[in-house]
Amino acid sequence: MVKVIQLLIYGLQVGSIYALLATGYTLIYGIIKMINLAHADFMMLGAFVSLFLYTGLAGSGSPMWLIILIVLLTMGIVGMLGVLVERIAYKPLRQRPALSSLVAAVGVSMFIQNFLRCIPAVGPSPRAYPAMFTSANITIGGVSISGIQIIVILVSVVLMILMQLLVTKTTIGKQMVATSCDKDASALMGINVNKVISITFCIGSALAAICGILYSSVYPSIHVYMAATIGNKAFISAVLGGIGNTKGAVLGGLLLGIIEVFLQSFNSSVSYGVSFVILIVILLYKPAGLLGTVEMEKV
Amino acid sequence: MKKLFGVLLSVVMMVGCVGCGTGSGASDVPDEITIGFAGTLSGENALVGEYQKNAIKVVENELAANDGCIEIMGKKVKVNIALEDTEAKPDICANVYRKFVDEYKAVAIVGPNESSCALAAGPIAQEAEVPNVTIFATNDEVTKVGDYVFRACYLDPFQGKVAATFAYDDLEAKTAAVLFSNADAYSKYLKDAFVEGFEARGGEVVAIEEYAGADVKDFNAQLVNISTKDPEVLFLPNQVGELPLQIKQARGMGIESTLLGGDSWDLTTLVDVAGKDMVEGACYVAPFSSSDTSEAARAWVKAYHEIAGENPGSHATLAYEALHIVLGALESLETYDGSSLKDAIYATNMDLPSGNVTMDEQGNPKKNAVILKYKDGIGEYVATVEAE
Repeated sequence: MVKVIQLLIYGLQVGSIYALLATGYTLIYGIIKMINLAHADFMMLGAFVSLFLYTGLAGSGSPMWLIILIVLLTMGIVGMLGVLVERIAYKPLRQRPALSSLVAAVGVSMFIQNFLRCIPAVGPSPRAYPAMFTSANITIGGVSISGIQIIVILVSVVLMILMQLLVTKTTIGKQMVATSCDKDASALMGINVNKVISITFCIGSALAAICGILYSSVYPSIHVYMAATIGNKAFISAVLGGIGNTKGAVLGGLLLGIIEVFLQSFNSSVSYGVSFVILIVILLYKPAGLLGTVEMEKV
Repeated sequence: MKKLFGVLLSVVMMVGCVGCGTGSGASDVPDEITIGFAGTLSGENALVGEYQKNAIKVVENELAANDGCIEIMGKKVKVNIALEDTEAKPDICANVYRKFVDEYKAVAIVGPNESSCALAAGPIAQEAEVPNVTIFATNDEVTKVGDYVFRACYLDPFQGKVAATFAYDDLEAKTAAVLFSNADAYSKYLKDAFVEGFEARGGEVVAIEEYAGADVKDFNAQLVNISTKDPEVLFLPNQVGELPLQIKQARGMGIESTLLGGDSWDLTTLVDVAGKDMVEGACYVAPFSSSDTSEAARAWVKAYHEIAGENPGSHATLAYEALHIVLGALESLETYDGSSLKDAIYATNMDLPSGNVTMDEQGNPKKNAVILKYKDGIGEYVATVEAE
């Protein structure tokens, strides 16, 4: 029983990171129906930006407010980079077939990775990520939880609730929903569609940035190619939960994380494949994902 | 006698000419030759490329003392080392080999670092009859491609066996556990040899856990299983990108076992990323210890340190040795063609930084392995295990 709870905690830890990243995929897909395959690279950017800010501004033993400032600064910088990429690489292709922007996203992803690799300060080799959040292990009845695990799970939950509130309660959220329904009609109704899309990218990239900080704190070895697999997993989580639906992304991420950890513990040699078989089976029965709704393509 | 002849010739040449390409040597020896170097300059193991570049620079500096030339059959020949990037990908590596053979007309190819690349590209060298000394391709199959393919390192099974022997005899461990990557031939071969060797000696392997390759970052589920068995030794024969997280997660979970690894542990990034205190006391197998006191080793460490500002690890050392095996064979040639060069490499018997190296009939070197132990972030020499 202790082992089951322990594994559940590991599963939640992995799952919340998937969920957080999946939210970004879903958000951008929901608004402009574009699969931003470069999304995970903003997570990598977040990890590196925060690393440089931390080594530049703070150090070990810095007060909590400074750490929070660094996190916010990182979110801001990466958010702006997200807007920049959208303006340069995606906006000119918005009226083209969806395939063009998909390819553009692949290009952006490769560009970011290899451009960073060329910068001497970043380079190709893995880097240690500092322990920004002091973490002590708490043991309750044989189950140990580290401080960082609690932070990851808590921050993810808070951010996801905030996202939900943003979309449903605020003006910009409503504008997003409107843009997602019908871009042209929204423009006619006086919504600045370009601005809404920019803000979406900004929020999505900022979420990826904080995800990068959390991820690197849990797995403190970062390099420019770190985002590839977790990006795929998060994308799968988003599809599993029903892409375009933020609650679905959270559900999909947590589910994927927990399934993975339990299968690994049960039999580590086949787990990787089996967890994807389960996902395929789910998608066979629910093609639009767990919480997604099947949409008819209008011709 | 040959040596005396060489000395005489070089004296004649020093008097007779300045620079390369001129001399009284055989007419079929060109003025300038190229050795192709298939390096790992980009991709996840791009750090290895930095070590390789440094090793090449040391060799070039050595050559520069002689106007960039070596002496082949009494003729001073300028040596160029052409470095190309394999990106650690088999298909790209095969292209690089074609380029060496067709474009550079390379006399020999040094590299690549990865067994998968060597297996893909080896047949090209074999067909073109261009001798190929691979650097860190430890997979058994690599030199079975043909008689023109060699390697500068020992084999995976040997490493695994060395680790098992050390764990049982020196660490006096009776129980061991292994966490390995099932997507990596290196990892799997080491694990197989370790388990076989450890059990053959009477030890018990209490847990064997796997994970699916370099992309996995979370090993907690597997480590929980290992931790319940409480092994004395935990063998981690994995790549350097994965090791720091495995070590941190294992220690974070309270696994107290002595950590043991293969030569992939011999990279300074491991200590940088994992942290000094995390690797303290961990032992690993390596082809070379920079605290070796032999003349060749001391000269190499000094030359490398001047260029890189740090001591050489196994990647740099093997790249350097692979180049020297080729250069040594070139210098001992009596007929200038690919087939003779191949035979000359088989006849290798030279003192290199990691010790005296000879080749067996399969193109594998007979080399010793050393056991190093991390102390304050530096791998300190513990023991030497003789080649079989």
